[in-house]
Amino acid sequence: MTILSIRNLCVSYGAIQAIRDVSLDVRKGEIVTLIGANGAGKTTLLRTISGLLKPARGEISFLDRQIAGIAPHRIVMMGLSHSPEGRQVFANLTVRENLLLGAYQQTDRQQIAARMERVFELFPVLDKRRHQPSGTLSGGEQQMLAIGRALMAKPSLLLLDEPSLGLAPIIVRKIFQIIRQINEEGVTILLVEQNAHMALQIADRGYVLQTGQIILQDSASNLLNSPQVKAAYLGSEASEESEG
Amino acid sequence: MIELLQQLINGLSLGAIYALVAIGYTMVYGVLRFINFAHGDVFMVGAVTGLYVANVYLKDGEPSTLAFFLVLICAMLVCGVLGFVIELLAYRPLRGRPRLTVLITAIGVSLFLEYSFQHKAIFGPNARAFPPILPWVDSIAIVGDLLIFWIDVLVVGVTVVLTIALSAMIKFTKVGMAIRAVSYNSDTAALMGINANRAISLTFVVGSMLAAVAGVLWACKYPNVHPLMGLMPGIKAFVAAVLGGIGSIHGAVLGGLLLGMVETLVGGLEGGSQYKDAVAFVVLIIMLLLRPSGLLGQTLHEKV
Repeated sequence: MTILSIRNLCVSYGAIQAIRDVSLDVRKGEIVTLIGANGAGKTTLLRTISGLLKPARGEISFLDRQIAGIAPHRIVMMGLSHSPEGRQVFANLTVRENLLLGAYQQTDRQQIAARMERVFELFPVLDKRRHQPSGTLSGGEQQMLAIGRALMAKPSLLLLDEPSLGLAPIIVRKIFQIIRQINEEGVTILLVEQNAHMALQIADRGYVLQTGQIILQDSASNLLNSPQVKAAYLGSEASEESEG
Repeated sequence: MIELLQQLINGLSLGAIYALVAIGYTMVYGVLRFINFAHGDVFMVGAVTGLYVANVYLKDGEPSTLAFFLVLICAMLVCGVLGFVIELLAYRPLRGRPRLTVLITAIGVSLFLEYSFQHKAIFGPNARAFPPILPWVDSIAIVGDLLIFWIDVLVVGVTVVLTIALSAMIKFTKVGMAIRAVSYNSDTAALMGINANRAISLTFVVGSMLAAVAGVLWACKYPNVHPLMGLMPGIKAFVAAVLGGIGSIHGAVLGGLLLGMVETLVGGLEGGSQYKDAVAFVVLIIMLLLRPSGLLGQTLHEKV
């Protein structure tokens, strides 16, 4: 079953077309990754899906409802969470307060508490730091908090924007393991990454975005072996290094 | 020494009024990153509303403390609505535009309020006396060698209560958390499911209500109401907000109190009274040179 379906999407910043005629599908239970170089339009695409940007043309349907142009807080309510690029934790709020904000739309206190406990199980380090201002966390911990915060909204689809950004390879591996675990628990994931190698290893399928257009789409394993992807995104050293 | 103490007490009450107005500047700056220059005029509308309501009430009622609070609440309601409407009509359509555009719009709103209130149909260009709605407005308590006006006690008391209430709202309630989140980053707040526009509206409503309280208190203290009366207190409260660290509510209160006291002290010096309005600007210049982030302001460090 298709959970997110994008058809002929175009997004512009003034005269600049950042996304050109993109179509993409995410099926329930999948991890789909969107890879591409810096400036390819990956973040723009995610921000348009979650309602922060309005598309110039095209359709976005989530769980069979049109969401293009709808206010972001309404899209969250429908079950689509977005962990933004650069983590964007609320630095002067504590870990706990950040997580509570992630559950802003939820009203059932018991469920909120239960979800928070689940997040602490996934990321035990956050439990230890629950009363600490999140600005004092390390980059990796902030990334965990950003993902945990997005999970607090009880999403059926989770958008992750560059969870590996600026993190040491060992932490990246840990976070990717947890992403897979979250997926196994039934959350569908659309993962944007510059670290194509890592992303394709955990993904079911992938799309390659270049200057606002999708130039390739295939199963993750085929993309890993595709000469085109290898040359452009999996260059000898580039596989382990994320820029940031 | 006694004289100094006396001046400080007088300054405290002036500063408390600046503080109430400064909170509005600082909160709006927090969520939208611009200075709402119309805020001083909301203060004026508060005083004008207070004057109208007090006059109506006094037609067949007696001055009383209860009546004063009735007047205060009416002024708060009117200004709350005004703040909501200003944001909705003037600032919301400019969301995402350059800040300079919004800033100039704010000056436009300010001029609009100042000059429309000079029209006869609304208020008129001449000053009017604020009616004595508080029976004890001129009463004095003598503590040792100090003279304390009860109105000053009221001003400081109301400010303290409202500041504590506001801090509690910001810190402990869900809407307070939403306002803090929007202040940090409105896009990220929206991704949490927060209706950023609603949080911004609420900020304007709360700030304008506090300005209304300040306007009514000011009018009780200096019973002279006119359409341009918001100009000076507005600018000084803005300085107070910068002094305390723009974006910080506690900073705004601290800045307001300090500014009120310094201004009163300078005004009390031999020949100083003609310079007292200059104090705020000297303070602003010194602060911007030495510590532009203000006393309690923080420069945010972001990890990338």
